[in-house]
Amino acid sequence: MVELIETILLAVVVLSLAAGVFFMLAGAIGLLRLPDFYTRLHATGKCDTLGEVLIIFGLLLYHIYYYSPGAELSVQLVPVKLLFLICFIFFANPTATHAIMKAAYNTGVKPWKKGDRRM
Amino acid sequence: MGEKSSAKSGKGFGIFVTFCAMFLFWLLLSGMLDAIHVGAGIICSAIIAFVSHDLLVTQKWDKMLRKSGKFIIYVVWELWQILLANFDVAYRVLHPKMPIDPSIIEFDTSLRSDLAIVTLANSITLTPGTITINIDQEKGRFQVHAIAQKPADALLVDKTMQQKVAKVFMEE
Repeated sequence: MVELIETILLAVVVLSLAAGVFFMLAGAIGLLRLPDFYTRLHATGKCDTLGEVLIIFGLLLYHIYYYSPGAELSVQLVPVKLLFLICFIFFANPTATHAIMKAAYNTGVKPWKKGDRRM
Repeated sequence: MGEKSSAKSGKGFGIFVTFCAMFLFWLLLSGMLDAIHVGAGIICSAIIAFVSHDLLVTQKWDKMLRKSGKFIIYVVWELWQILLANFDVAYRVLHPKMPIDPSIIEFDTSLRSDLAIVTLANSITLTPGTITINIDQEKGRFQVHAIAQKPADALLVDKTMQQKVAKVFMEE
């Protein structure tokens, strides 16, 4: 029974790490492939948020299972800090994306339209 | 007289709630329970609670509690939308022909309060295919960059998200 729980937990950890890496990779490919500033921000702004959160979530589960039992209080509190980090990313990432977008729009970066040449 | 005293107790309650939240946060971050660290935490939390309690506790307590309940339901829905958004972006980016058709759209909302507008703006940025560019708070006008026609229609025609945010922050 303990082995089964451990296997499921490890599977969840590996899955969330792999999904996080996949989304970060998709964001990086989008940064290279998409045609202009605004569409590139779509790729990085969204994929980075979920990618980072998934990776941190995987680390959090791993830490709870392997390091927390019988450890000092300061070690046991590490998952809480990771949880705060996740919350912070969810607030900060879209806000930063929006700030960059607004700055670009106000300085007059022209948005790409379908059929235009790549910039 | 009665009104004044109730306002006073409301202020004390606000300071107390802020103090508890700050001190809990301190304990979770420091993780050390000896006298020096806990004492420094109590002093710092007290100063912060005294100076800036009106930033955290802005309304009546029961109203805030009801709103945060609705807000949590909304956040769960939002998480699902974020997942969809990421698959959407990954699909558009990895598709050999890149099915994108960007446009900038504008729409008006009835939202006016700071928190409601921030929530809607960040939600738009996190959901499939749209990013907020500009907000005119007085008119409630949003300017949004959409990566294709379908996400733009979701904001302009369906208005699911606006309705959900309006429901959470509905003023009584």
